[in-house]
Amino acid sequence: MAKGVVSTIAFFLLMACVPAFAGMADHSKFPELQKKFSKPQEVTKACLQCHTEAGKDIMKTSHWTWSRKTKNMPGKRGTIIELGKKNVINNFCIGVASNEPRCTSCHIGYGWKDKKFEFNKEANVDCLVCHEQTGTYKKFPTKAGLPAEKDTMFKGKTLFKAPDYNKVAQSVGTPTRKNCGTCHFYGGGANAVKHGTLDKSLNNGSKALDVHMGVDGANMKCVDCHSAEKHDIKGQLYSVSAEDRDRVNCETCHSEKPHTSKVFIENHEGRAMGDYKTKLEESKAPEATKLHKMLDSHSKKIACQTCHIPIYSKKHYTKTWWDWSTAGKFKKDVNGNFIKKNGKKVGVVKWKMKDGKKQYMTYHFMKGDFEYGKNLVPEYYWFNGNANHLFFGSKFDPKDAPIEINKIEGDYSDPKSKIWPMKVMKGRQIYDSVNNTFVQPKLFGKKGSGAFWKAYNWGKAAELGMKYAGYEYSGKFDFIETRMYWPLAHMVSSKEESLKCIDCHSRNGRLASLPTNWLPGKDRSLVLDILGLLMVLGSLAGVSIHTVLRYLGNKKRGGE
Amino acid sequence: MTKKLYLYEQFERFWHWSQALLIFLLAFTGFEIHGCYSLIGFDNAVLIHDGAAYTLIALIAFAIFWHITTGEWKQYVPTTEKFVAQIQYYMSGIFKGDPHPTHKSRARKFNPLQAVTYLAFKVLIIPLLLASGVVYMLIGGPLGDTWRAPIGIIHTFGAFVVIAFVIVHVYMTTTGDTVFSNIKAMIFGYEEVPEDYDEDSSH
Repeated sequence: MAKGVVSTIAFFLLMACVPAFAGMADHSKFPELQKKFSKPQEVTKACLQCHTEAGKDIMKTSHWTWSRKTKNMPGKRGTIIELGKKNVINNFCIGVASNEPRCTSCHIGYGWKDKKFEFNKEANVDCLVCHEQTGTYKKFPTKAGLPAEKDTMFKGKTLFKAPDYNKVAQSVGTPTRKNCGTCHFYGGGANAVKHGTLDKSLNNGSKALDVHMGVDGANMKCVDCHSAEKHDIKGQLYSVSAEDRDRVNCETCHSEKPHTSKVFIENHEGRAMGDYKTKLEESKAPEATKLHKMLDSHSKKIACQTCHIPIYSKKHYTKTWWDWSTAGKFKKDVNGNFIKKNGKKVGVVKWKMKDGKKQYMTYHFMKGDFEYGKNLVPEYYWFNGNANHLFFGSKFDPKDAPIEINKIEGDYSDPKSKIWPMKVMKGRQIYDSVNNTFVQPKLFGKKGSGAFWKAYNWGKAAELGMKYAGYEYSGKFDFIETRMYWPLAHMVSSKEESLKCIDCHSRNGRLASLPTNWLPGKDRSLVLDILGLLMVLGSLAGVSIHTVLRYLGNKKRGGE
Repeated sequence: MTKKLYLYEQFERFWHWSQALLIFLLAFTGFEIHGCYSLIGFDNAVLIHDGAAYTLIALIAFAIFWHITTGEWKQYVPTTEKFVAQIQYYMSGIFKGDPHPTHKSRARKFNPLQAVTYLAFKVLIIPLLLASGVVYMLIGGPLGDTWRAPIGIIHTFGAFVVIAFVIVHVYMTTTGDTVFSNIKAMIFGYEEVPEDYDEDSSH
């Protein structure tokens, strides 16, 4: 009897520990995951014993390669181009090459610290970062994707514990928002910096933050929309991918007529929506009023996101400006001598303060000047899903500054273009002032490597980075202002919070500066309006004068 | 003594005033859509504008049928007779208290200037607005997107003309025997005229 109670309690405790995969395999019972692991690669080998194809499958995907073949890049159509995180330029940390150990702390692998990384070695795949559910497994920020071997402090502030591999490996399940967010919420170096609509607030956000992922609503996971086949996860980041393919679209579930159709949950491959899925399946299509039909007709020219993501960065500040040219300032005393602490120069760090509290960093000696923003209004552009990326080596004319790193394609006469909301990241970054090409600087490296974050010498950093990456470099550099477009697709607001007609249908509305084709309320012929007004005023003047003359005539005749 | 001159049939009056109301609604909502002011909300303006447009099209269909079947269309046939005299009357005679150069009758209820103005209104301005409006609704759908701006400009031009027309038209109603006699006729169908009013003096 007592035995039965104990085992029942044990069973429920077990189930409580592993809710994410209840009903599936309980990995804590697998003997393969009970043995002692000393390295993360050993865990991977254990995973691959059962999941025999998973390694091969995921190594074909861009999560592993950080690159995709594209042959439909505007300006270079027909040419096969390798484009991805591996070689893309941005105006945050600029580029990966020569900085691998730092950047690849977000690679789904172990040990991509330089060009010698073995991309064909299955044991180098990190299964845990996406699948573990303890929340204790963390890749060390500067170790090329490896977790800490023993408990280690990062920058003397954050403790990274060596993982308990048995506990971590036994916890595996379907990736949660937190798993994906480990990397995708922290792009650009810290929470919320890069995307503007992806940050840690989504881990436990409300419906108001995101109608899909809100814990008080559908509570959807990233993988509910970004579904995977053979570990190839659907979706391509707009700001990195040149070609309009493999996108995740609102229309998959919401149809081309979203305001008069029910949610096509049958198209939805999500596994984790529970009761909400049933609720949606049983829901009826919204009443097809004239207004709803009119809203539907907008979907030809307007991306869903435009109205339904009225603001971005709702909870955390996102970076909007990054001027690298001012990096490298160190504190000096009144005599102009560097202040030293433990024999080291002390870098300048500045914060935006409000009510005595730090809001966001405005300067860091390693990185330069910043600007951040919260509850930001997006910029709007015509976009057909394709973007023309500048590469290292692509020539540009400095007179065209700000240089568009990923010039988005589209205009109102292109039937495939829609108006999209975007975060536009602005900044100033290093370039080769003779060749007029971007420079890949070596930012990260050990002491004595010449990396910018150790030597604070741009010339050296540029030379090393360009040499490592194999790009031509003249030896002369300068800084140039750049733009990067980040089409927004997350933190979707509720319909109540969405844009109203007048937000765009007005002269000074959100689309005021966007070329549009007779957008009522915004576009007009000024000549016609002036002539029309003159015609109306002329008529009024005419009848007024006529009235006066009749009155005077009447009076003259004695007011008959 | 006065006598009652029956000018406007029941349907004609119903048509006139419904059309007036619809044109008011269309102009009021149309200029809100055009971005001139924000009073009832863009969405409401669009919904009312569309509804009023469909109603007006239906009303005009009935009106055309009425004009054809009753032969009233002949009232709008332009004539040169007394045309100049009518213009001269509005430009000078009216100030001197001269008598109207033309007299109304059931068979000829418009003076020559009215006939040609209403004809232009009916065959040029209203069709221009209706056609451009209907085409505009088809744009973006079956008609593609290219002509959106020119059609929008034509529609807006028509709207300005209608506003000017209404201003002058309403004013001209005051130029009858008394200030309100024309409007009364349009409401009740009858115009009160002197006993000795010669209905055929213009013909």
